[in-house]
Amino acid sequence: MKIDRETVRKIAHLARLEFDEQAEDQIKDSMTEILDWVEQLNEVDTTDIQPLTNMSLEVNKFREDHIGEHLSHQSGLLNAPKKDQHYFRVPKVLD
Amino acid sequence: MDLRSFSAIHEHVKNGRISCKEIVDHYLSIIEQKSHLNVFLEVYEGEAKARAEEIDQKIQQGKAGRLAGMVLGLKDVLCYKGHHVQAGSKILDNFQSQFTGTAVQRLLDEDAIIIGRQNCDEFAMGSSTENSAFGPTRNDANPEHVPGGSSGGSAVSVQAGMCTAAIGSDTGGSVRQPAAFCGVVGLKPTYSRVSRYGLIAYASSFDIIGPFTNNMEDSALLLEVMAGADDFDSTVSHQEVPRYTQSLQFNGKVRVAYLKETLESEGLHPEVKSKTLETLQFLQQEGHTVEAVDFPLLRYVLPTYYLLTMAEASSNLSRYDGVKYGYRSFQTANMESMYKKTRTEGFGEEVKRRIMLGTFVLSASYYDAYYTKAQKVRKLLADATRKILKEYDFIVLPTTPTPAFKLGEHSNPLEMYLADLFTVQASIAGVPAISIPNGTDVHGLPIGLQVITDLFQEDKLFGFSQYLLENK
Amino acid sequence: MVDKEIRDKYTIVVGLEVHAQLLTNSKIFATDSTQYGEAPNTNISAITLGHPGTLPKLNKKVVVYAIKMGLACGCEISRYNIFDRKNYFYPDLPKGYQITQDKTPICLGGGIPIKLGNGVRKTIKLNRIHLEEDAGKSMHLEGQTETLVDFNRAGVPLVEIVTEPDIRSSEEAYAVLTEIRKLVKYLEICDGNMEEGSLRCDANVSVMRKGAQEYGKKVEVKNMNSFRNVQRAIDHEAERQILLLEKGHAILSETRTFDADTGTTAAIRTKEELNDYRYFPEPDLCPFVVSDQWLEEISAAMPSLPQELYQKFVERYELPEYDAEVLTDTKEIAAYFEAICLQTQHYKSASNWIMGPVKSFLNESGITMDQFPISPDRLAELIDLVAADKVSFAIASQKVFPYLLQHPQMPAAQAIEKLNLKQDSNTDNIKPLIAEVLADFPQKVQEYRQGKKGLLGMFMGEVMKRSKGKANPKIANELLRKELS
Repeated sequence: MKIDRETVRKIAHLARLEFDEQAEDQIKDSMTEILDWVEQLNEVDTTDIQPLTNMSLEVNKFREDHIGEHLSHQSGLLNAPKKDQHYFRVPKVLD
Repeated sequence: MDLRSFSAIHEHVKNGRISCKEIVDHYLSIIEQKSHLNVFLEVYEGEAKARAEEIDQKIQQGKAGRLAGMVLGLKDVLCYKGHHVQAGSKILDNFQSQFTGTAVQRLLDEDAIIIGRQNCDEFAMGSSTENSAFGPTRNDANPEHVPGGSSGGSAVSVQAGMCTAAIGSDTGGSVRQPAAFCGVVGLKPTYSRVSRYGLIAYASSFDIIGPFTNNMEDSALLLEVMAGADDFDSTVSHQEVPRYTQSLQFNGKVRVAYLKETLESEGLHPEVKSKTLETLQFLQQEGHTVEAVDFPLLRYVLPTYYLLTMAEASSNLSRYDGVKYGYRSFQTANMESMYKKTRTEGFGEEVKRRIMLGTFVLSASYYDAYYTKAQKVRKLLADATRKILKEYDFIVLPTTPTPAFKLGEHSNPLEMYLADLFTVQASIAGVPAISIPNGTDVHGLPIGLQVITDLFQEDKLFGFSQYLLENK
Repeated sequence: MVDKEIRDKYTIVVGLEVHAQLLTNSKIFATDSTQYGEAPNTNISAITLGHPGTLPKLNKKVVVYAIKMGLACGCEISRYNIFDRKNYFYPDLPKGYQITQDKTPICLGGGIPIKLGNGVRKTIKLNRIHLEEDAGKSMHLEGQTETLVDFNRAGVPLVEIVTEPDIRSSEEAYAVLTEIRKLVKYLEICDGNMEEGSLRCDANVSVMRKGAQEYGKKVEVKNMNSFRNVQRAIDHEAERQILLLEKGHAILSETRTFDADTGTTAAIRTKEELNDYRYFPEPDLCPFVVSDQWLEEISAAMPSLPQELYQKFVERYELPEYDAEVLTDTKEIAAYFEAICLQTQHYKSASNWIMGPVKSFLNESGITMDQFPISPDRLAELIDLVAADKVSFAIASQKVFPYLLQHPQMPAAQAIEKLNLKQDSNTDNIKPLIAEVLADFPQKVQEYRQGKKGLLGMFMGEVMKRSKGKANPKIANELLRKELS
């Protein structure tokens, strides 16, 4: 599958990544190469095969509605790159 | 005194012939001596010593746990409360975990001592530990060579005698492959055998925690302690945990399969092939049934694995956004650019590549063509694998096509992916697999042999693998 | 403003997406508290914050609550359920994805019955109800360069109720929301408070020429924080679209936000078209299955629903529809009414009491029905006493009722005694009073006999005054008329 610059930009935006021109070229080629490689999966006949979506054999794993593990306010904010006394702070979201 | 076998250590420690403190001191000095191998990102020197003293006291009081005397390293993907963990990535700089994962907690509850956290490929993506943001780890058999990945640091730590055992994680071979490259025992348990709570996620339907050890008993013991149901993981199996430590005997005759395609593989190193054939011949001579089995779908295991793991990873890594923890790029005026700069600057090349590819295959126009298709192929591959494992007790094959390659040798990502050919199959099917040392090549680089068995049959796996080890 | 003539050329088509926060103690996938109003970033855990290495674990009660809602709306309950990840980036979405149900909503189909002002009843069909987790809160401050993020709300369980585009007016939309609120409160699964955000609504609005075969392009409208604003937003948006179409412009399928101050909608400047949520099944959660047995258990534990009670009140208690409406407005009022009806057969009176004095008191004092001090038994006593003519309704409601509010333990009859308000039905006591009054107002008596029948009220007033309110007004009235004729 040939990946063009437009696609790289779209995908990069979805993934919140950015590439300068050179990096864009590189990732474009890399993605093309790898997607071409995975496309061989189309050689496999999967008519009537159900996709394997669950690797665990478990079912109905519930917990009761009890209040339990909490992080203290302090521990919660401990790792914040920017914060004030109460909140996590981030640059303004432009809507 | 042999400090490579925990059963030996445990004996010595119980009988007062050596103290935990002395063991820790010993390991600390090896770590120091071999620091050029770049194994540890952090060594908990003070803490390990303090804990050793504690455990020594407990031993004297007769209150010590099953792992008293055991000194462990943790791959940098395992959460340990109050300690930094960063998955070999800059994007988690300064992050301190606020809880301890279940598997690690169980080890601590039995009085294991954690001596440090170990280098790995960034977010466990890689097969050589060259993708770490903190430089590659080097193979103790030859420091110009890679240790394998992604749990390179953990493998070398055991290989080089820096700790008794180490805990890594295996998604497509990340425990088995470095174990093979470093000449130690590396186990990938059945998917869902061990809780993933506290394991930094790479690919949720493939990830599993696994131990590196010098011998089978230690591997069995560690699995026995870590495995089993857990309230914090919805996917972990509730199946009873057998007493693996009691499963190391082996008798009777077994049926062993080997996949023709693996031994006929193009890139298979001649010495790896010959060592593998030797093992198969040995088994035949001993009266076991050894048969070649066709697995025409083998060539699809790698693209299936990579497609699915990239997709899951692209979502699992979305949480690294500079908002709540870790690295944040501060040269930004608004949220949009903060996200992009943070993630672009914080993640390494390989991680970004996989995120891009994963995002692509999950995107609306391509989801069915790629993601759903891969899941269907996964079903076929898993079913075919398990079919073999119903007819045969074990599948035996090389762990890797070659011994450890040189640092920088595989610069092309696709080339690197192809090196995983033999390990991803077990991950696709979720079945348990182990790599055991199988000699070395002429240059002294270790070669690994892989044994695969059916779901939740680690006890059988341990018994048979021990038998193979004893007879090498 | 659009002419009625023009507006009548079009049909308005609305679908609603309603999010209801479920009243569980802990979050849907983590054990931290859901308690509203806590200090910022205190209802948090490593799981809620999306720390590396964390995994979700499903709260069973959330499933039960969703099933209850589905049963109440006549939905089909999905037996096999999985969750999906909806991937997008926003600061208050800790994991960079929301765990939701995309492929297997827990409830399918069903409907919400509504009644409009003109008496027309219709059922708004539902498309689905599904489970998902709420995000945290981002606060964008005017004039500030930063956004503040609070994760208390992150992980609070939500049901999303999606209607079919069956709604044909803003009034219908209001009615649907009212009914949903009523239902979730009856079921005690949500407190239905739009102002506090426990109930939220987005509207998909489109218009089409009457008789057209295809729906018009739909526009999503967000940011309406009250039922009234939902109504206003729909009205405005429909007009906006009609005006555009009349001018020959096309409608852009987009998301618009409602401004309560101006009553208008405006486009949101995000790159919406690039938002691809990349849904895929959540690998960290295993499927859950709703068995027949479990479904039966939940079904058996369902409370009576407003519709059922409405029917019962109209049929069994023979109340007018209006009364039945009012009495089923909340579960507590309906229960109170029924409790009274266990003690007395004067159902209509009971209804009047609740719709009148009781409701007034509740409104004035701001307390709720379950905090109301007078027990249903006590009120039933009073109702029977009024029916037996022991006290007039006027006296009972104006004097005895307030007294009982202060002394709820006292039997009604005793209160009447205490207050010396026992109605006097003895004609021997009333006749002299009447005679007195007529003697005092000879002119008025003459005027009455000459045709001024309205003066009866004045005479009644005098009789009641002189009897200190105790005279049985019916009897007094009868006797007065006889004397005056």
